[in-house]
Amino acid sequence: MNKRPVAKKLVATSLAALTIAASQVALAARDHISIVGSSTVYPFTTTVAERFSRATQFKTPVVESTGTGGGMKLFCQGVGENTADITGASRRIKQSELEMCNSNGVDVVEVQIGFDGIVLANSKADQPFELSRKDIFLALAKEVPNPDGSATLVANPYKTWKDVNPALPAHKIEVLGPPPTSGTRDAFAELAMEGGCKKFDWIAAKKDSDKNAYKAICHTIREDGAYIEAGENDNLIVNKLVANPNALGIFGFSFLDQNADKVQGSLIEGNEPTFDSIADQSYPVSRPLFIYVKKAHADVVPGVKQFLAEFTSERAWGEDGYLADKGMIPLPTAKRQQVATDVRKLNALSNLAAK
Amino acid sequence: MTDLTQTKLTQQQVRERIEQRLASRHRKEKLFRGLGIASIAFGVLAVLILFTDIIGKGSGAFVQTAIELRVHYDEQVLGIDKVDDESLAWANFTGVIRQALQQRFPQATSRGDKRELNSLISTGAPFTLRDRLKANPELLGQTETVWLTADDDVDTFVKSLSDSAEGFRGRTSDQKAGWIEQLMDSGELKKRFNTTFFTNGDSREPEQAGIRAALMGSLFTLLVTLALSFPIGVAAAIYLEEYAPKNRWTDLIEVNINNLAAVPSIVFGLLGLAIFINFFELPRSAPLVGGLVLTLMTLPTIIISSRAALKAVPPSIREAAMGMGASRMQVVFHHVLPLAMPGMLTGAIIGMAQALGETAPLLMIGMVAFIVDVPGGITDPSTVLPVQIFLWADSPERAFVERTSAAIMVLLSFLILMNTSAVLLRKKLERRW
Repeated sequence: MNKRPVAKKLVATSLAALTIAASQVALAARDHISIVGSSTVYPFTTTVAERFSRATQFKTPVVESTGTGGGMKLFCQGVGENTADITGASRRIKQSELEMCNSNGVDVVEVQIGFDGIVLANSKADQPFELSRKDIFLALAKEVPNPDGSATLVANPYKTWKDVNPALPAHKIEVLGPPPTSGTRDAFAELAMEGGCKKFDWIAAKKDSDKNAYKAICHTIREDGAYIEAGENDNLIVNKLVANPNALGIFGFSFLDQNADKVQGSLIEGNEPTFDSIADQSYPVSRPLFIYVKKAHADVVPGVKQFLAEFTSERAWGEDGYLADKGMIPLPTAKRQQVATDVRKLNALSNLAAK
Repeated sequence: MTDLTQTKLTQQQVRERIEQRLASRHRKEKLFRGLGIASIAFGVLAVLILFTDIIGKGSGAFVQTAIELRVHYDEQVLGIDKVDDESLAWANFTGVIRQALQQRFPQATSRGDKRELNSLISTGAPFTLRDRLKANPELLGQTETVWLTADDDVDTFVKSLSDSAEGFRGRTSDQKAGWIEQLMDSGELKKRFNTTFFTNGDSREPEQAGIRAALMGSLFTLLVTLALSFPIGVAAAIYLEEYAPKNRWTDLIEVNINNLAAVPSIVFGLLGLAIFINFFELPRSAPLVGGLVLTLMTLPTIIISSRAALKAVPPSIREAAMGMGASRMQVVFHHVLPLAMPGMLTGAIIGMAQALGETAPLLMIGMVAFIVDVPGGITDPSTVLPVQIFLWADSPERAFVERTSAAIMVLLSFLILMNTSAVLLRKKLERRW
């Protein structure tokens, strides 16, 4: 019988594998930049990462797509080799997150990199919608001002777009959008919903007296099936819109740009979502994009400063830069110059109101 | 039977009754078989739809549009006078390509036109030229005809022409479409096999994106998983099955193992983050940690299937060996283990296939990441195939749609390969008593 060698070989191979594994760990020290954060900023950071590694001798940065909030948690964990150097955010850092960062000894440098437009799109098989932010609020809020004009709230009674605004088609209200964990959803609630909500004077008056109630009225999206949470995958929303021409979908501008043969963006306050209208801020539903850099790592991890220089160079984030090709809307020229000089100084962000 | 005797039926009556029931029994039999066939047909149909959809979408990714250009390696445009590593790093190959395009289409003169023209060729093309010049330094100052990869917008447009006469223009302007058609008519544009897809890591430019990095990452992760989970799993199974006394403690262990097999995989990811990364300070995004986490996940599967394989070895084998004076360990390693091995291997392969398709636990340990450099070892940052699919499916660029499906095809073929080998192995080594 020649059975014993089987078991012996087995033990020997696995021991060998473990030894190799152990010896490699001992050698490992991080020589690449580690980036986490928003899935909206991910396409842009990865593009810069790739170009940066080609143009320089540094290793390609590793970019993880964790979502804005998840990225902040990883980023603010502390200083050290196992924490991220940079995080992307599709909204500004919150005061609570900044405090968490500071209490863990992390000094944060803020870099605004550009804008992203949020579009409400429908299938090309139908007419484009012409909406106002007020229409959006009335169609999607959980509770809306009483249609009889009194200053009270009722559960959203509107079933079709025509109910909201007689000028709109008589389609059932069906909007596919991201779930509450998404930065796109936060920005949509803040820019589109709140923008419409403020149009009611008595609600706007609440902003000073009872901020929480104001936020609850303006940001809460209805849950009776008119707003359908379609997951974080924007390509999926595009496909669902094609299948259902009566529905509207909420996603980032770059997806509209790439699928212009299938879907069209709704006009908001008479403005079509285009590259130019978002850049000059005439399209109202656009948000700033940021990256946050860990100051303590800038001198330690190889390439962080050069990476920032690449990111804030005209060929990357300029009007004709490669990030614009990827769908990021550049900042105005003056603002770009200012941010670029600020980044070189690496001034830490101490207080949100300061900037 | 009792009621037959009680009522004292004649033989004739008995036969009639049986015949009556026979028809209904046959009907039931047929119905049951029909339902079985229907459910299999439903499954096959679902698989067929899935496969035709994936293959229909993904087959396009295996070819890539390329454009033929006459390139002049002009020392002045390149800004170098000799070929060495340092000067090649600074050489302006983009300028060389722009010059070649300009010569091909002299009518494009305005700044906007030139921009359009330059966007015909992939941004990765300068690196192709750099590698060519590096390999053949005598080309400096010479002119040669090369096929360069086209930009993904061009690629999408050209491929969509086979679906409809108009094709998907997207961001392609009329002028650019005109140029592309001109190139097609003169044979300077063709679709060729997409080797980049198999040799490159991830990229933001679909025409330069490949699955190599993810494939290597999957390989390293699975190696770590196999090297750890198989010996540990088999050892645990042998101890529990052959040595451990049957008492409350082993019952508790058994319940726990079965429980762990059903725990959602994300939990193992959280555990991995807490233990391997935060406590042992192993590097993030490394196949080593991925393999450790997937080991925890596949261990219960391997232990359960190995125990089942050991149980299936008839006690007569053990008793005969004992009777011949073999020790406990000799019984196990000389007789029981070789007979149980096919079952154990099948379990291990199925566990590995499960690990190959896993993404959720890897999210927590940083393997859901953009990886360009192909990993060279188990501590290099890397990602795995299913994660690559997930990342591409979420990308706005149109050309990633077909790459997503193509990557699914690669993953599926690996899974089919593994599962087929499990079946074959079992067929070949199986012993019946």
